[in-house]
Amino acid sequence: MTTAETASAPPEAARFVGQSVRRVEDKRLVTGHGRYVDDVVLPGMFHVAFARSDFARARIVALDTTAAAALPGVHAVFTASELNHHVDSLRSSMVTAEQAIVPAHVLADGDVRFVGDPIALVVADNRYLAEDAIDLLDVEYEALLPVVDFEQAASDQNLVHPELGTNVAGVEHSTNAGVAPALANAAVVVTETFRQHRQRNMPMETRGLVVDWQPYAERVDIWASTQSPHELTLTAARVLNLGEHQVRVHMGDVGGAFGQKVFLGRDEIAVLLAARAVGRPLKWIEDRRENLIAANSARVDRTTVTMGLDDDARIVAAEIDQLNDSGAYPLGGVPANSNNLVSMFPGPYAIPLMSWSAGSVFTNTSGRGAYRGPWQMETVARELMIDTLARRIGMDPLELRRHNVIRQEDLPYTTATGNVYERISPAETLEQAVAMLDYDAFRVGQTEARLDGRYLGVGLSLFIEPTSKGAGALGNEGAVVRVELDGSVSVYMGTGSHGQGLETTIAQVVADELGIDMAVVAFHQGHGSPYGFGTGGSRSAVIAGGAARAAASGVRQQILHLAAHVLEAGPEDLRIELGVVSVAGTPTRSVSVAELARTAYTQPEALPPDTAPGLEHSARYQAPPVTFSNAAHVCTCEVDVNTGIVTLLRYLVSEDCGVMVNPMIVQGQIAGGVAQGIGGALFEHSPYDTDGNPLAATMLDYLIPTSAEIPIIEIGHIVTPSDSPGGHKGVGEGGAIGSPPCVVNAVNDALSPFGVAFTKQPITPNAVLRALDEVRTESAT
Amino acid sequence: MTEPIPVTTTVNGVPHNAAVEARKTLADYLREDCLVTGVHLGCEQGACGACTVLLDGIAVRACLLFAVQVDGSTVTTAEGLMDPDGTLSTVQEAFRNCHGLQCGFCTPGFVISATAFLENHPHPTLDDIRTGLSGNLCRCTGYQGIVAAVQQAASKLSTRSGSEDKQ
Repeated sequence: MTTAETASAPPEAARFVGQSVRRVEDKRLVTGHGRYVDDVVLPGMFHVAFARSDFARARIVALDTTAAAALPGVHAVFTASELNHHVDSLRSSMVTAEQAIVPAHVLADGDVRFVGDPIALVVADNRYLAEDAIDLLDVEYEALLPVVDFEQAASDQNLVHPELGTNVAGVEHSTNAGVAPALANAAVVVTETFRQHRQRNMPMETRGLVVDWQPYAERVDIWASTQSPHELTLTAARVLNLGEHQVRVHMGDVGGAFGQKVFLGRDEIAVLLAARAVGRPLKWIEDRRENLIAANSARVDRTTVTMGLDDDARIVAAEIDQLNDSGAYPLGGVPANSNNLVSMFPGPYAIPLMSWSAGSVFTNTSGRGAYRGPWQMETVARELMIDTLARRIGMDPLELRRHNVIRQEDLPYTTATGNVYERISPAETLEQAVAMLDYDAFRVGQTEARLDGRYLGVGLSLFIEPTSKGAGALGNEGAVVRVELDGSVSVYMGTGSHGQGLETTIAQVVADELGIDMAVVAFHQGHGSPYGFGTGGSRSAVIAGGAARAAASGVRQQILHLAAHVLEAGPEDLRIELGVVSVAGTPTRSVSVAELARTAYTQPEALPPDTAPGLEHSARYQAPPVTFSNAAHVCTCEVDVNTGIVTLLRYLVSEDCGVMVNPMIVQGQIAGGVAQGIGGALFEHSPYDTDGNPLAATMLDYLIPTSAEIPIIEIGHIVTPSDSPGGHKGVGEGGAIGSPPCVVNAVNDALSPFGVAFTKQPITPNAVLRALDEVRTESAT
Repeated sequence: MTEPIPVTTTVNGVPHNAAVEARKTLADYLREDCLVTGVHLGCEQGACGACTVLLDGIAVRACLLFAVQVDGSTVTTAEGLMDPDGTLSTVQEAFRNCHGLQCGFCTPGFVISATAFLENHPHPTLDDIRTGLSGNLCRCTGYQGIVAAVQQAASKLSTRSGSEDKQ
C-alpha cells in the first residue's frame, strides 16, 4: 500500500480509527454461524413461491387457481384481486420526491408487462409444494408485441403502461448559450455515442423476507435481507395500514445487495400483504432465476457526447444527451440517477461549459434499480471520450488528462454543473497511479511487444465520486450510544450493514470517542434504532460515522461530568483510556467507566446536583451537501487477436477517500467494486431477445468474474481529509464507477493498430473477433 | 409425492437419522433436517459454490445431490472445521486475517473449497490458487483477500507439516 498526504495529517492520534483491525463479524461468518434471513425459522411458518409471467407483454385471458389451491399442503393462492387494492402507490417510503410513477400493481392485474412479472403468490407447507402448485396454475395469455429496445421505446405505439399514455418516464434538459459558439470555435470537435448494457447486482444472497403478523398483538415482526431497515419499516406500515410502532424489523446478516435491497419490490410487498391475510408466519426466499429476471437490473444507458478542444488541447465545452431504460417497474430514485449523471459528468476535468439533456423510458423488461454507482455512465462516457479525443489529435491519453485535470491551485473549483470541489486531489491520484504502474516503461514494453505480434494496452480512468449526499432523506443518520452497568457500550443505528463491516468500523469510532476498548462495544441495527436511510450511497463512514461520533461525544461529556465529581477534579483535567478515567498527571486518581456507569444508574444520590441518572445520549449528524472523493484507475491488458480473449495484466487504483476508519475495509471496498466493473466490461450481460425473453436467467449465463479473471489489484492512497468529523469521505461505489471505462480504454489502446475502438461493452471474445473482422472487411473493400 | 426414505449420515461428527423425500436436496436436508445453516444456497444449480461441503472428504455441491444419495456418508461443513475447543481452522483464521470476506454468504463454501484445495495442493503458486478456487463465486471481495488468505493458510500449513516432518 502506498500512502501520501496532500494536506494535514489525520486530526488526532487515534487508538482504533485508522487501524486495519480484524472484523468483529468474521468469527461467526467464517464458521458458518452467520444468521441470514433464510436461517430464520418460526413455529408454524409457511413458505411462499411466485408464479411469474413467461411473456414480456400479454393480456391475461384466464387465470384459474383451482387445481393449485386444491393441492394438499397448499394453504392459499393470491392473485391481484386479493392483494392489489391494499396498495395505492409503489413509491418508496423514505424518498418521496423524484419518483417514476408506475401503476400500483403489486401482482400483475389483467396483463403482464415483463417476463418475471409476478401473477400469483402461493403459500404452502414448504417451497417444494409451493412450486408444485405453481405448475398447476392454469394461465391463458394473449401475447402482445412488447417494447424491448429502449432506444425506440419513446416512439413505440405499444405502451408498457397504458395508464400513463406514454413510454417516456421522464425527460429534462438544460442549454448553456455559450456551448454552441465555444464548440464552433474549437480546434477539434468530436461526437460519439457510448452505450452500456444491462447488468445485475447479483448479491450472493438473493432477496428474501420472513413476515410474522400477530393480530392479537397488533404487530408485525419482519426479518429481511435489506440495506435499509427503516425503508422496510415505513413501507410495511404504509401497505399494512399500521403505525410504525407496530412494525418491528429484525436485521441479521445480509449477503450483499449493491443497491438491490434498499427499496421493496412488488413481490416483497405481496409477501407482507399475504402474511396478514394468512395469519401465519411466511417465508419467501427468492431463487436465482427470479433474482436474474425479476429483481431490479441496472446500467442500460446510451450517452452521446460532443466535446471540443482548443489548440492547447484544453476542453472548451461539452454537450451530452443521455437516455436510460427504466424497464417496467423501476425501483426508487431512477430520475435522480440521471440528475447525478448529468451533475457529475464534468468529473475531474475543467470543462467550462456544458449543455445536457437526459431522459428515461419504460420497456417491457425488468425494472431499473440502483447498482453501485447508479449514475456511473457519466464516467464511462467521459473517460471513453477523453481517449477518443486523444486518438483523434494524436496525443497520449495520459497527456490529454494532464492538460485538463483540476489541480490544487484551481480549488475551490465550481463545475459547469454547479458542484463545488474543495478537498479533492485528481491530479495527485493520477500521478500516483501512473507512477505505481511506471507508465512510460509500459509504453516502451508495449511497442516491443507489438513487434512480436502481441497486443498490449493501457487504460486510464479518473472520476469524482459524490459521496455521503447530505440532502433529503439521505442527509442524516442518528445514533443512540448507551453505557451499560458493566461499562460495556451499546450503539443503536438505522444503518443496514451488508458486508461493509459497520459492526467493526462504528465500534472503532465509538471506542475512540469514549476512550474504551472496542471489544466492549455492541452494534445494533433494525427495530429500536433511530431513523436512518440505511447503508448505501457511499455514506456510512461520513454520515453514520458522524452520528456515532456525535452520540458518543455526548456520552463522553456525561462520563467526564460524573468522573469530575467523583474524582474532585475539573473535567478538562481528565482523560479516558481503555475504560478508565484518570486525572492528567495523577494516574492514581482514577475511576473506571464501569464504576461510573453503576453509579449513574443505581446511586442517584451520589450524582452531582442537577444531573440526570444514566449514561446515554442520542444524536443525529446532518452531512454537508456532498463529500467528494476521487480516484484514478490504471490497468494494462493483453488482447489475443486470434481468440479475442482479453487478459488483464495489472490493475492499479489511487484513491483519495480522506481519513480511513479501517484501511483494510476501504481496500476491500475498492477491490470489490473494481471486480464488479471488470465483470461488466468483459463478461456480465443480461440481454433480452426481440420477444422480450431474458437470455441470462442462470449463473451459468450471467457470468460474474471468478478468481481466475481478476488480477491482483494494487491500491495507493492519497489522504485529503474532508471537513466532516474525522475527515472521512465515502468510498463504497468508486471501484465500480472507475473500472469499466478503464478496462475499455485499455482494450482500445491494445487494438489501436487495427483502428478498433469499442464504444460499448461487454468486450467478450466474440465481440473482439467481430470487431477485428469488421475492420479487416472494411480495409479489404 | 413419494413416501419419505430413511437417510443416515454423520454431519460434523453428529449422527443424523431422518426420513426425507426423494427429491430433497442434500443442501436442504443439511439446512432443515440437520440444522447446519452454514450451507448457503446461492444458485441451486451448482454454479456458485456457496453450498460446498466435504462428502467423505471430497468437496461437492450440496445443491446438486439428493439427500438419499448420501445415505451412510460423512459430511463436513464450515461448522465442522474448528477444533473441539472452538479454535478456528488455519483456513478460517486466514480468511479473518486477510479480509477474505465481506458479506460472508459465499464464505462457508470458500472455506470448504480452500480446505480441500490445500489438502491436494499443499504448496500452491498464486496462479494455482486463482485457478483452483475459480469454482466458487464471490461478489464482494474481488477475490483479493480470499487469494491472500489461501496463500497465508498454505504457508502456515506447510510450515507446520514441515516441522512435523523433522520430528
